[in-house]
Amino acid sequence: MVEHYVSLLIQSIFVENLALAFFLGMCTFLAVSKRVETATGLGIAVIVVQTITVPVNNLLYTYILKEGALSWAGWPDSDLSFLGLVSYIGVIAAMVQILEMTLDKYFPKLYNALGIFLPLITVNCAILAGSLFMVERDYNFTESTVFGLGSGIGWALAIMALAAVREKMKYSNCPAGLRGLGITFISVGLIALAFMCFSGIQL
Amino acid sequence: MRLLRNMLDWVAPWFEPGGKLEKLYPLFEVTDSFFYTPGNPATGTCHVRDAIDFKRMMMIVVIAVAPCALMACYNTGLQANEAIQQMGVGSEAAGWQGVVLDKLGIGYDPANLFACFVHGALYFLPVYIVCMIVGGCWEVLFALVRGHEVNEGFFVTGILFPLTLPPTIPLWQVAAGITFGVVVGKEVFGGTGRNFLNPALTARAFLFFAYPTAISGSQVWTAVDGFSGATPLGALAEDGMKAVTPLVTWSEAFLGTVQGSMGETSVVACLVGAVILLVCQVASWRVMLSMLLGFLGSATLFWMIGSQSNPAFEMPPHWHLVVGGFAFGLVFMATDPVSASMTHIGQYIYGGLIGVLVILVRLINTGYPEGVMLAILFGNVFAPLIDYYVVRANIRRRSLRHA
Repeated sequence: MVEHYVSLLIQSIFVENLALAFFLGMCTFLAVSKRVETATGLGIAVIVVQTITVPVNNLLYTYILKEGALSWAGWPDSDLSFLGLVSYIGVIAAMVQILEMTLDKYFPKLYNALGIFLPLITVNCAILAGSLFMVERDYNFTESTVFGLGSGIGWALAIMALAAVREKMKYSNCPAGLRGLGITFISVGLIALAFMCFSGIQL
Repeated sequence: MRLLRNMLDWVAPWFEPGGKLEKLYPLFEVTDSFFYTPGNPATGTCHVRDAIDFKRMMMIVVIAVAPCALMACYNTGLQANEAIQQMGVGSEAAGWQGVVLDKLGIGYDPANLFACFVHGALYFLPVYIVCMIVGGCWEVLFALVRGHEVNEGFFVTGILFPLTLPPTIPLWQVAAGITFGVVVGKEVFGGTGRNFLNPALTARAFLFFAYPTAISGSQVWTAVDGFSGATPLGALAEDGMKAVTPLVTWSEAFLGTVQGSMGETSVVACLVGAVILLVCQVASWRVMLSMLLGFLGSATLFWMIGSQSNPAFEMPPHWHLVVGGFAFGLVFMATDPVSASMTHIGQYIYGGLIGVLVILVRLINTGYPEGVMLAILFGNVFAPLIDYYVVRANIRRRSLRHA
């Protein structure tokens, strides 16, 4: 049983890396990867938010939205899954707000370190994708916790690697037309090429 | 030699600023500095005096690869000649190389060292020449347009890349691969020393994902039509050690007379290269050592764990060491000073990471029987991050000490 969760964790970190295998969360991935320090902050924030929202959305889906999920309340024919997208976004936004307030109150140091990134994450498509994959793949509660943690770590690793590469590229001498985003896109492509060593692994 | 110097001096004014061919200066520069040490004195106040420079460093690598290239010629010919003898076919199975061999009257005797060498060279040299011409054109084009010097780093890429290819690779794919490696892997970043991935491996990975049938499987490793033979690692993934041992013995795999990419089968040739690189201090022994330890450690671990469902786990660590491209990647690819970690502690981490990953991809990823190339690329991607944190830890430690 533990083996299953370990392989799910590794799968979600490396094999199905949200950033480099699915190219999700690209806008923040490209915009906030200029310095390793900020990238690390954002990465940690993504890990935290993802680990909380995926299981919460899982509960929401299993007990309210899924077809026949409301049978405990006496409506066995209900099917609210069309509300999925809206509710997940709502949950993510709410969770981020609560998290922000909690951090502000009890961990001001961490709150200052994460700064603007927490509210920014609300609209990060990698976070929403985590919840949507959870629904699509029919994860149970524990699986979705593990998946949330793993996919968050995978995304954080990817953005940290990209940020370090971009810091190193300060010494590069790119053609003028490629400077900035152009060369970053090429770098992301090359990094994804290297990450393909995990593609196809079935654990 | 005096004549050459005079000729170079005679044409020099045309290429210097203000001359008619000013735009082609990099071409003149590369020819001049290829033959002679530049006589320009240092102008600044700060000057490091050392015999080793970029050019010499790259040439040492090319010399260190030479045993692998010679072995590539011999082994490619040997495999082809053995296959021809085994199948009992004539020279028609050997393609145009067969026609040349017949004209020369060299024959196809696998026991004849010279016959094997010539046969193999007829496969290796075209690939190498295409690589140098196409890659060289890109290199010169970028140097001319962007006004930087033609860099010797290209000679290293140009010899390493062909050695990682199977002998049957179509030449247009070689051209496409080296184009990708040189342009996207290196030149868009501004040339040698400014890229973050090894260009030869980038080219190889590009071909591997773009044209997988020409570079994997059991049809491509021997240059004879219709011959099918798996590499030791391919056989391992299929059927475990009982499929490997009838195919090759350990010493054969160590010497390199087995199926595989042209230059990477021979561990002996790689060892010679390693000695040259280490004695000249071109390659980092830290990377080599930690990669070897990480590799052996994880290989031993998986071997002891064993597996009912995955036959690949049966291979003992000393076998892992001699099959596939591990030795070649360890000596020539992972130690590339541009794309590896720069800090000493970082080099240990970087090497160890690659070593462990090689085994993971070999054993667990059923899609690819060989993982060295991709593992090293993965290490390249994380090398700057490793360096960053090593430097940060160092700064913190020192500031604590002086606080």
